[in-house]
Amino acid sequence: MTDTLTPVLTRNWDADRSWTLASYEAQGGYAGLKKALAPEFGGPDAVVSAVKDSGLRGRGGAGFPTGMKWGFIPQDNPKPKYLVVNADESEPGTCKDIPLMMASPHTLVEGVIISSFAIRANQAFIYIRGEVLHVIRRVQRAVQEAYLAGHLGKNIHGSGYDLDVVVHAGAGAYICGEETALLEGLEGRRGQPRLRPPFPAVAGLYASPTVINNVESIASVPSIIDNGAAWFSSMGTERSKGFGIFSLSGHVTNPGQYEAPLGITLRTLIDLAGGMRGGRQLKFWTPGGSSTPMLTAEHLDVPLDFEGVGAAGSMLGTRALQLFDETVCAVRATLRWTEFYKHESCGKCTPCREGTWWLVQTLARLEKGQGSEADLDLLLDQCDNILGRSFCALADGAVSPIQSSIQYFRDEFVEHFTSGGCPFDPAASTLFAPAGASAS
Amino acid sequence: MSTPMSTPISVPVTTPTVIDDTTYAELREIAARYPQARSGLLPMLHLVQSVHGRVTPEGIEACAEVLGLSAAEVSGVATFYTMFKRKPVGDYLVGVCTNTLCAVMGGDAIFDRLKEHLDVGNDETAERRPQDAATVSLEHIECNAACDYAPVVMVNWEFMDNQTPESATQLVDDLRTGAGVRSTRGPRICSWRQAERVLAGFNDGQADEGPAGGAPTMHGLGIARDRGWTAPDPASVPAQPQEGDSK
Repeated sequence: MTDTLTPVLTRNWDADRSWTLASYEAQGGYAGLKKALAPEFGGPDAVVSAVKDSGLRGRGGAGFPTGMKWGFIPQDNPKPKYLVVNADESEPGTCKDIPLMMASPHTLVEGVIISSFAIRANQAFIYIRGEVLHVIRRVQRAVQEAYLAGHLGKNIHGSGYDLDVVVHAGAGAYICGEETALLEGLEGRRGQPRLRPPFPAVAGLYASPTVINNVESIASVPSIIDNGAAWFSSMGTERSKGFGIFSLSGHVTNPGQYEAPLGITLRTLIDLAGGMRGGRQLKFWTPGGSSTPMLTAEHLDVPLDFEGVGAAGSMLGTRALQLFDETVCAVRATLRWTEFYKHESCGKCTPCREGTWWLVQTLARLEKGQGSEADLDLLLDQCDNILGRSFCALADGAVSPIQSSIQYFRDEFVEHFTSGGCPFDPAASTLFAPAGASAS
Repeated sequence: MSTPMSTPISVPVTTPTVIDDTTYAELREIAARYPQARSGLLPMLHLVQSVHGRVTPEGIEACAEVLGLSAAEVSGVATFYTMFKRKPVGDYLVGVCTNTLCAVMGGDAIFDRLKEHLDVGNDETAERRPQDAATVSLEHIECNAACDYAPVVMVNWEFMDNQTPESATQLVDDLRTGAGVRSTRGPRICSWRQAERVLAGFNDGQADEGPAGGAPTMHGLGIARDRGWTAPDPASVPAQPQEGDSK
């Protein structure tokens, strides 16, 4: 029986100066790299096989099998191959990659080297959102330390394998978390998604074969190589193998990072986090960021794996568990998320650019108590006209909070226009809520 | 949270609007990091901001010249990204997260209080008072990936975790008077221009400042340590994956 929490990626975070090469190596770091580069391991194809066998699925939200993605790289293509790490963590609620890179950037760097070796790339990029200065410093320094130690550069540890890594800071655009928009940003262009196919595996960065993986996916690779695919797949559930970082935020006593096998439930996590703040009741939550339809207290026992959350009508996403208690107005929350999508829509596709604007108009009127029941149908009709009609998933994410909040809290929307405004006191939801502040 | 320190803040001088030879050389150095030079454009624009305090027309021309692009092409990129500013930014850019979770946890109240306290609107710079050593600009920002520390304020893209309206007003007061402020999870906060230089890829040697993380970062690990929970011992796992494991 696997333990409830299984620190692997987080295991060394409490070590003294955990972000340094010396500390990381003292904790066993770079053992996976040495194994992967050793001739007896079997070369790049053996690394790809190990990751395939482990069952690792992408940790950036979509859950695509990582080894299979690597296998799509056409090795007979004469162009250079590239590995690009998506460290543009921006999905509302998502806060796992940033603490990982802050506490243990070498876990990522080691993963980058092994993964690049596997796909036969000699150049890798770590695209970090620009708004996290200290994280960028630490990753820059970790890459520099890795060069000095001979983990990067020419003929790494006598293996004949060369790899260069560039740490690239973004400049503020949620859309660059979308992999093809990220490539545009990395090519020095406006971050607007590309039409697929061709997929990046065939024509990605500079129209060359490119693997783009999330930070946590890449950071999981060293442990798979070091401990074995069977070790990794001994954790998790039947089709969602391994461990992941679950990020709890909001009205919970101890928000934070909890690394557990996939399939843990929110009930267990809230219990570990000391319960809901002030003994209040959970009202709604997102399983994997604001783009995943919200769930309610009915879903506390849903296994948090790809299949379990999917069956409950949402998506596992990034395991960004944002918890809201009964003091929070579902309409206010939904409006704010919708304003976010409107702001971040890149403008390329009309349904998203215009549609998110209209969603905000309609929702804002409802929130002020000026709407009517017909506006709810109008909103859902707008959602129908937006969902699935754009190049990328941003617009699909934008309709998730609206459709799901109307599904679960229709009465609350109605109450806004029957009572002529929002029935909630926003002060009651704050971290510094005065004693006696109540839900209504 | 805001620790007074004695390090003086450099007095801003009139912004030069030419790009000097040193900066040109650094722009070329950035472009040379990449297999294709244009990939350097975002960090190059960060460098322009570190030199001019915003993206200036001269900075756009310089990037265009180094990359062999038109100024319109560079402008088109610069205007897409929210971190690139077309009007001058103060010494400290204070960003209050007002995305849903932070807003609900107190970000809206913090942003309202700061607007009132600084007498500015969104994306504006507070007037410098006679006693001020530095200027502060205010904006509201989207999710900055620190939700377990909500409500979050960023100063020059350093984390200021778990803020209240009171702590945030003290924060901006300390920034304006030059008291010196340390990030809750990082170093003493440098000027916005110095921060932009790091984003351009010129590390400032401050990586070792600050902790590995705050209490929320470590919470789950602490519980695992207390209860003796670990990932399975690799030696105890059968060598072959179970049937059906390989997807």
